[in-house]
Amino acid sequence: MLSPELDVSSALARQGITRRQLAKFCGAMLATLALPDRYLAQVVQAVGKAKKPVLVWLQFQDCTGCSESMLRSSNPDVAEAVLDLLSWEYHEVIMPGAGKAANSVLDRVVNEDKGKYLAVVEGAIPTGEGFCNIGGHSAMEIADKVCRNAAATIAVGACAFDGGLVRAAPNPTGALGVQEALPGVKVMNMAGCPHNPANTAAALVHFLTFNDLPALDQYNRPLFAYGRIIHDQCERRAHYDAGRFVVDWGDEGHRKGWCLYKMGCKGPAATFNCPVVGWNDHTSWPIRAGHGCIGCASPRFWDHMSPFYDRIPSVPGFGVEVTAGEIGLGLVGATIAGVTAHGLIKMIKPAPPPPPVRETDGLTVNQEVQQPRKEN
Amino acid sequence: MARLVVDPVTRIEGHLRIEAQLDGGKISDAWSAGTMFRGIEIILQKRDPREAWIWTQRICGVCTMVHALASVRAVENALQIEVPENAGLVRNLIAGSQMVQDHVIHFYHLHALDWVDVTLALKADPAKTSQLAQSISNYEKSSATYFKGVQDRVKGLVASGQLSLFTSGYWGHPAYHLPPEANLLAVAHYLEALTWQKDFIRLHAVLGGKNPHPQTFLVGGMSTAMDPNEPFAVINPERITFLRQLVRGAKKFVDQVYIPDVLAVAGFYKDWFTRGEGVGNFLSYGDYGSGNQTDAGTFLFPRGVVLNRDISKVYPVDPAQITEAVSHSWYDYSDGDKPKHPFDGETNPKYSGPKAPYDFLEVDKKYSWLKSPRYQGKPMEVGPLARMVVGYAAGQKEIKAAVDGVLKLFNAPPTVLFSTLGRIAARAIETQLMAGHLEQWVDALDSNMAHGKVAICNTTRWDPSTWQASSRGFGWHEAPRGSLGHWVEIEGRGIKNYQAVVPTTWNAGPRDSEGQRGPYEASLINTPVADPDRPLEVLRTIHSFDPCIACAVHVVDARGRDYTIPTAPDLKVG
Repeated sequence: MLSPELDVSSALARQGITRRQLAKFCGAMLATLALPDRYLAQVVQAVGKAKKPVLVWLQFQDCTGCSESMLRSSNPDVAEAVLDLLSWEYHEVIMPGAGKAANSVLDRVVNEDKGKYLAVVEGAIPTGEGFCNIGGHSAMEIADKVCRNAAATIAVGACAFDGGLVRAAPNPTGALGVQEALPGVKVMNMAGCPHNPANTAAALVHFLTFNDLPALDQYNRPLFAYGRIIHDQCERRAHYDAGRFVVDWGDEGHRKGWCLYKMGCKGPAATFNCPVVGWNDHTSWPIRAGHGCIGCASPRFWDHMSPFYDRIPSVPGFGVEVTAGEIGLGLVGATIAGVTAHGLIKMIKPAPPPPPVRETDGLTVNQEVQQPRKEN
Repeated sequence: MARLVVDPVTRIEGHLRIEAQLDGGKISDAWSAGTMFRGIEIILQKRDPREAWIWTQRICGVCTMVHALASVRAVENALQIEVPENAGLVRNLIAGSQMVQDHVIHFYHLHALDWVDVTLALKADPAKTSQLAQSISNYEKSSATYFKGVQDRVKGLVASGQLSLFTSGYWGHPAYHLPPEANLLAVAHYLEALTWQKDFIRLHAVLGGKNPHPQTFLVGGMSTAMDPNEPFAVINPERITFLRQLVRGAKKFVDQVYIPDVLAVAGFYKDWFTRGEGVGNFLSYGDYGSGNQTDAGTFLFPRGVVLNRDISKVYPVDPAQITEAVSHSWYDYSDGDKPKHPFDGETNPKYSGPKAPYDFLEVDKKYSWLKSPRYQGKPMEVGPLARMVVGYAAGQKEIKAAVDGVLKLFNAPPTVLFSTLGRIAARAIETQLMAGHLEQWVDALDSNMAHGKVAICNTTRWDPSTWQASSRGFGWHEAPRGSLGHWVEIEGRGIKNYQAVVPTTWNAGPRDSEGQRGPYEASLINTPVADPDRPLEVLRTIHSFDPCIACAVHVVDARGRDYTIPTAPDLKVG
């Protein structure tokens, strides 16, 4: 059924996408992936391969926000090409056939492309009975069948990463992320709420190019996207260092784009490349839009980063006044919860600006993610 | 008689299953089931009400932000906070652009393939397609060369044997009636709309940092600080210029691509003006006013209820008349099956359906994770059709003129609106109205800023020490899919009880204790099904509602349940 002569490059040419544009697109991918230029030829060649690898996208306990995010993939001239790089055969939110027609596609891919296709999972997987059934089968049953037979599984978004919001206390449905629900399955986690499509597209191209996943951290998130602390990349960092803070929504500092630390920003405790790649075709990112970071790419962020408007308690080297002695060197989530118990009001009252950070390396919350770990 | 099962229903948000009884090639009875549950309202217990919007926003990532808006309105109502005018304008702009973008995506990417056979586009003459395009619109991408390029692209896919996204389609189904040229036109615009939607929604990135899930709502206002003289202000003259360009582009796309396409496609499927009727009761909370949004008299979409298809009367909306029943839903009430008002909401999830894998649900018992919302005990349809019917009946001038214009075009009476095609037409009409209003909100922001009015957030109640010991409130929003309400009860500094009654719950909910069908179930009765293995006709009517099941499944209460927020062993510091 497949035509062996099929060449994606000529298919792209028919769509008015020239070889040069393709190379440009691949160049942008290299930049996102932080690969040296000498890999360009390899990327272009991989992208132009004959048979397109099959991709299936599963949705479980989700909000479809990660599917929508993928639709916002941001290189406008070639976003379509990103889809055309793969044969994107199962994805409930956009596929035409329903019921039997949909289920038979999934069965065929699992049987005929065993070990060769890519599985993407969006949403958490419940361990409790009846909380997510599709076509009369449980999410666990479907995920097990599809992911175990895939070449690789990509978990997109916080829910597929570690259960996300669905797993937040008291986790009413016993929800888990993919790697915990399916021990032993090779998973790459594109954490975030939602995942950033620029990163996911880059990771897909990396897989097509090298037939392997990019270097991952201990949470199986690609280092190129999750290896740096937001605070260290933030465009408002200079204001932090100079002690200029927003202290009330809409105040002078807010209008001038000062640091949001005192309004609860979790940038100092979170990693992600938001400040560098931005969202929606580099248009903006949450801190630029005047709101603090909620740490959405961090492990179990819903419980550990909330309350979202509470100031991060004292972190060693971070130079904050409030409760250093009181909470000591605890855990971020635990300390915030503890501080809440000790009195929310204390956190909210204006406090003197903290001194500039003297040792930026002192912020060790995520230092472990700097250690590359490729296999899981 | 045969039982038809459609599961998963695709091209929707979430996990929906339809079971239907087929009798002589027609549907004689139908059951609508939501098959996924998360329990967000349980998770919200005890958390800070100021951040509830961040959590509830994740109820849905398709109509992202609608739950954020309903949530901040509910908390502001409870804490008696009035937001500054600028915050109201930014909210209108974010929500209005969401509606426009969402409706266009719905038509092209979630609904069009019910009417358009992609493979027939291969048989089209690009020159004739160009003539067709130019006869219905001034949109500049209309040359034969352009359509030839699109056709070649589809040819390439077919020749490769790898149809990618189009693999599972019902191509060649006898219910497809469009001529090849109209199919090619629609496929071209399917692709155009894919690019347009992501370009336009940069508006949410400007005002919210990202989309999906923009991050700028605040209880009391918005975080979009305004300043005419600051380069880093979220809203400044340079950003206003960009916003204006975006909303003008959206209006153009709606006027020149979406509206002409809807009218063209509808012309070939007029029999669907008589199918898919529904329950005939319509509810609209109303929305998009001026100022701080509390004056229903200024709403672009009026508030009201229309009963039994009688558009000569509009009844006021009484919040006390809203209830939810669980007699066919997988929940338990502590005191029997009596429907409950959202403030008294009580739910314990209790799955009692068949163990997977299964072939059929037990539709005579409990069969859905959706509850059954009722108004005065009646099932109600909500959404674009309800808004246009209520607006038309209320004599809202813009709505009346637009609806009459479309009816005249088809030489049809208002009763044709109560149909599958009527829903599609209503959605298109309100998209055009909304697209026409976006720029005025940009202009108003610009004018306020130029006159030194830059207040964006009322922070007098930001500090929880200013709150009463306990309070409760509700917030309403007319989301793309219909009337959305959040109800919140605050005690101390935390949420005591939270409930969302969501558009798709109104539309897709199961039967109630009286056996009254929900709108989806009612709308499928008498639908012809040519081929039970390829139930295209079922999809047409269900898709006309634009289902959003993740939104629709929710749960309240778990009062008294105790838990502690877990610690983070993987986040050790120092």
